[in-house]
Amino acid sequence: MLNPKLKLNPKVFNDAGENACEQVPIRKGFGQGLLSAGEADINVVGLCADLTESTQMHLFANKFPERFIQVGVAEQNLATVASGMAAMGKIPFCSSYAMFSPGRNWEQIRTTISYNDRKVVVVGSHSGISVGPDGGTHQALEDIALMRVMPNMDVVSPCDAIEAKKATLALAKSGRPAYLRLVREKTPIITTEETPFDLGKAEIYWMPDVGLAQVGIIATGGLLHRAILAAKELEAEGIKTKVMNLASIKPIDVDAVVALAKECKALVTVEEHQIAGGMGSAVAEVLSQNFPTPIEFIGVKDLFGQSGTPDELIEHYGIGKNSIKEAVKKVLSRKI
Amino acid sequence: MNLTDKKILELEKKANDVRQSIIEMLVEAKSGHTAGPLGMADIFTLFYFHILKHDPKNPSWEERDRVVLSNGHIAPVLYATMAHAGYFPVKELKTLRKFGTRLQGHPHREYLPYVDTSSGPLGSGLSQAVGMGLADRIDKKDKDRFIYCFMSDGELNEGNTWEAVMLAGKYKLRNVIAIIDRNNIQIEGVTEDVMPLEPLQSKWRAFNWHVIEVSGHDFRSLNEVVEEAQTIYEKPTVIIAHTIPGKGVKSFERDYKWHGKPPTKEEGEMALEELRKNYPC
Repeated sequence: MLNPKLKLNPKVFNDAGENACEQVPIRKGFGQGLLSAGEADINVVGLCADLTESTQMHLFANKFPERFIQVGVAEQNLATVASGMAAMGKIPFCSSYAMFSPGRNWEQIRTTISYNDRKVVVVGSHSGISVGPDGGTHQALEDIALMRVMPNMDVVSPCDAIEAKKATLALAKSGRPAYLRLVREKTPIITTEETPFDLGKAEIYWMPDVGLAQVGIIATGGLLHRAILAAKELEAEGIKTKVMNLASIKPIDVDAVVALAKECKALVTVEEHQIAGGMGSAVAEVLSQNFPTPIEFIGVKDLFGQSGTPDELIEHYGIGKNSIKEAVKKVLSRKI
Repeated sequence: MNLTDKKILELEKKANDVRQSIIEMLVEAKSGHTAGPLGMADIFTLFYFHILKHDPKNPSWEERDRVVLSNGHIAPVLYATMAHAGYFPVKELKTLRKFGTRLQGHPHREYLPYVDTSSGPLGSGLSQAVGMGLADRIDKKDKDRFIYCFMSDGELNEGNTWEAVMLAGKYKLRNVIAIIDRNNIQIEGVTEDVMPLEPLQSKWRAFNWHVIEVSGHDFRSLNEVVEEAQTIYEKPTVIIAHTIPGKGVKSFERDYKWHGKPPTKEEGEMALEELRKNYPC
């Protein structure tokens, strides 16, 4: 069942009809969050590299034109100018596609934001293969790895638009450099305004009605919804699982991850990212030191993306609902 | 502010002291860059002892001008000038590049809180200065202080530099003043062989900057062009300062091989002797 304490969206399992689960691009939540953050704090500024509407920064730019900097198609400048503004007390959010920021400007982010410890929020929209028809050049599958390896840098990957809004507001106040990972496609709304969100804290979204879970599923970003659907179907097949939303990949909620591993003794991680270096790797780093646990990784297996619809690609690369179910069964068989 | 003849004599002596400190710290560190720091000693001395609005006894003074050293590898001249200006003890210069030092190989603002930004990798300083200039513009402080960015000619090879040049031109950032150390050398040779930069003036002008060329060793002319830059209202200004790499030590001058290596103990002694002769006790 959905964790009743979290006041999640009761429509999350309705895929059609009048009562269907709402679908909103995660990036839209960022746009609304930045607007609210800008209203709350005069020091919030926005910078964009010619993708203002795509990254949903236009809401902020239209309301606060004097606090918006259009740098043109120049992602290296995007990050470094943001660093300079942060040096003068601004709270910059700089947005582009994840493939170009942090993809193209990684060293600039490392030196002028991370090494320099400047409070800039790097916003990478259009992450993952669900970018779809644009093809592999535009599908960032390496960005979590690129960003979580940097000292000082927080990494947040919200599961829906509502959580993205809360994450944006939290990052505006956090006082630390951060990477906010967004998805282009419409994504089912899992949370509600009442659902708690804290940076660095992971929550259990799905749990057995009674008793302990046999497998823990840890998901981040837009695939959390598919993980929850998989959990429900597995329950009908007699397999009890818990599903954790790990939106804060860094800092990672060590206590929550270890507690889940201790309860289930078998885990599956789910992310729209290369398996190497991603969220699953972060979980494995925690567990290998604290509570070694068998893990199956759902993610892209050392491949580039290609053109297609998001659903086709998620199926092709083996990161959808059925793949998650198979991984759960596999890890269950590996349980000691 | 005008420079009196007396002040110029003082600055010349101070720059000579800074050069001696640069030699001493590089010999002690056994690594680091020699040509650039010696070539920029006059410019840094002029800024830290005459032009900058700053207070070494109150380094975090909010109203101070901001300094971005984009080509962080000439850190020895920054450190030596700051020490002589009173930010920290001159004797600390001998810790350059050593474990536990505040004087990292390239400046780090958390190790040495008196610098406005950590820097080193080429091509990203000007855009930080532009970000500072934009922030001051938003806060309507762009008439109160200047953002000075010291940069090398070699780093004009970097695309990031030109992205910043373009943006500053777009926003007409009058409060950003870039000073290029036009010493014509980079690690692997002469700039015009490695990657030609000329015509440099017209490149910057095409991006809507006010452009001034000047000798980097003539205090009076340098002071005049900085004052000119401060009066330009509708554009950012770049000062292309022609310097002699290795300036002050004849055998180091104009030789690109001194770009990235320190003097040995013997070479250092020779250089110090030459510099001391300028002001015999």
